[in-house]
Amino acid sequence: MPLLDVRDLKVVFQRKGAEPFTAVDGVGFAVEPGQTVGLVGESGCGKSVTSLAIMGLLPRRGNRVTGEVLFEDTDLLRLRPQDLRDRRGRDIGMIFQDPLSSLNPVIPLGLQVAEVLERHQGKTRQAALRQARELLDAVGIPDPARRLREFPHQLSGGMRQRALIAIALACKPRLLIADEPTTALDVTIQAQILALLKDLVDRSGTALVMITHDLGVVAGLCDTVNVLYAGKVVERAVRHDLFADPRHPYTHGLLRSVPRLDADRGGRLHQIRGSVSDNIPWPDGCAFAPRCDRVIDDCIGATVPLTPTRRRDGALRCTNPVPLEVPA
Amino acid sequence: MVRVVLRRLSQLGVTLIALMTLIFFWLRSLPGGPVDALLGERATPQTRETLTRALGYDQPIWVQYGRFLRNVVTGDFGNSIRTGEPVADVISRAFPATVELALAAIVIAVGLGIPLGYLAARHHGRLLDNATIVVTLVGISVPIFFLGYLLKDWLTQGTHLFPPSGRISTGVENTGVTGFFVLDGLLTREWDASADALWHLILPAVTLATIPLAIIVRITRAGVLDVLDEDYVRTADAKGLRNATIRKRHVLRNALLPVVTTIGLQTGTLLAGAVLTEKVYNWGGLGTLITDSISGSRDYPVLQALILLAAVVFIVVNLLVDLSYAVIDPRVRVR
Repeated sequence: MPLLDVRDLKVVFQRKGAEPFTAVDGVGFAVEPGQTVGLVGESGCGKSVTSLAIMGLLPRRGNRVTGEVLFEDTDLLRLRPQDLRDRRGRDIGMIFQDPLSSLNPVIPLGLQVAEVLERHQGKTRQAALRQARELLDAVGIPDPARRLREFPHQLSGGMRQRALIAIALACKPRLLIADEPTTALDVTIQAQILALLKDLVDRSGTALVMITHDLGVVAGLCDTVNVLYAGKVVERAVRHDLFADPRHPYTHGLLRSVPRLDADRGGRLHQIRGSVSDNIPWPDGCAFAPRCDRVIDDCIGATVPLTPTRRRDGALRCTNPVPLEVPA
Repeated sequence: MVRVVLRRLSQLGVTLIALMTLIFFWLRSLPGGPVDALLGERATPQTRETLTRALGYDQPIWVQYGRFLRNVVTGDFGNSIRTGEPVADVISRAFPATVELALAAIVIAVGLGIPLGYLAARHHGRLLDNATIVVTLVGISVPIFFLGYLLKDWLTQGTHLFPPSGRISTGVENTGVTGFFVLDGLLTREWDASADALWHLILPAVTLATIPLAIIVRITRAGVLDVLDEDYVRTADAKGLRNATIRKRHVLRNALLPVVTTIGLQTGTLLAGAVLTEKVYNWGGLGTLITDSISGSRDYPVLQALILLAAVVFIVVNLLVDLSYAVIDPRVRVR
């Protein structure tokens, strides 16, 4: 049984005086205990909104969330707000993109770690701070006793993200959601943070949902990958299959857009034309069609369903997929 | 921290000298003068000259300026032209009245303004919020003298709920200790004097508080709304913290940073003299002293001292604001 089972998740933003906008359109995926699952896509494809909807962190007003988010058989979307509060930070931890703005500038780091322990484990301030020191130590922050008394602006970017990881993992959650955790960091630090995350989830058996636009992160970390486009899952595959044989033209294009060292020096980098925000002129049909090289008439006529493929854990939403074993 | 304070105080010295120079020449460049004001239009040239010489205004301007600087440095601001008393006495009689009024107004403005602004932000976009926006707009826009006379007319003339003017009723015994009448009554155990002074204080303080109150409500509301959108509030939510903890620990403290600045600026303005409010309620403070010193007699020594006092108040209040900032926000703490 999966630890997290997201079914037909839909998020519609309804703002006064504006057309309702469907940011997440029927996303579904499952995470087994201890598994690492990637949600990949460009900015604006709905991956962050998906994670916020799972956590119940979207603003209560101005949007409608439907579908099911089953966490060990409990539908998080139907929990009372205070019951969901009891689970956030305890059963599910989350880390965010920008470690500086995600930490409170006027509160010492120690309290920001300790408060989650006070809340969920009923610890006293003193005991919580003691454990906070161990947690900071465990995520590789040097001199943790001193850092407890310092403020976020006194830490480096990498250390801030380590601290946020310590906060998210403080109560030993069974699921960690990481929303672009390395995007705001230097490249050298990115690798360290990813290695740390991998190490921590492997050792504790925590399942990880990794949200990223960076295929390198996916390649290094994820067991299964969901590729999102315009609020829909367009392709799902285990890591190896996805990289070896991308079937959806969008996935294919994404992989070809990654610069390669062994490519011709004179050759142009591949790019997918247009952007995800381009207006889609038809109500049904494939949202990627306006940018797709393989578009045929069927792409535009009717809704394209997400259908399982013969590959393990595979699924695809495409009428004219890239054939297996692309000729060179 | 001590070094910062010392540096700021030395800046204060430079500012004051520059300001004194400015005031000195600016006052003397105005048409008319104390001699005309004291003697009126029909004075003979002889009396005019005698008085000019007696006041020292026959000397070259730079000699007057040098004497003025020397006196100020030794703490001697001279005598009031209007009453002949030492300037220090005139001001120290009026200053406590103004401080008492200003503090009462600030207490009202802060005590109501922060909770109201916070509530408005919590109800963002709903009735309470919209009502707050309208009411504060009115509060900022209504002229003080209009509001003052309006309150006075409703609550003193017809209903006799409050005394119409002054700081204390005639016939009520009060012994001056600090010059703050409410406090004096408590110190000397003259309870009825204290109560009577408080009674006189309420209407002027409410009148004076309207503008700072409206501003503080607005700034608090905007500050809370800004902070609610911050990533660290989302982090606090993701930790599953209780709403009360998030509000108290994560929202309010950050939201109050701009409010502290506003409070400081407003306090400075109120302490420098609430001319209109004091006029309406015949409150014998600095505001009254300013108008009397300008319109009646062009009382140079008093005016110079008043403007200097206002400058000192502003600078000291600003210093306090900066220090309190450092207490609230670790990012501005100086190592």
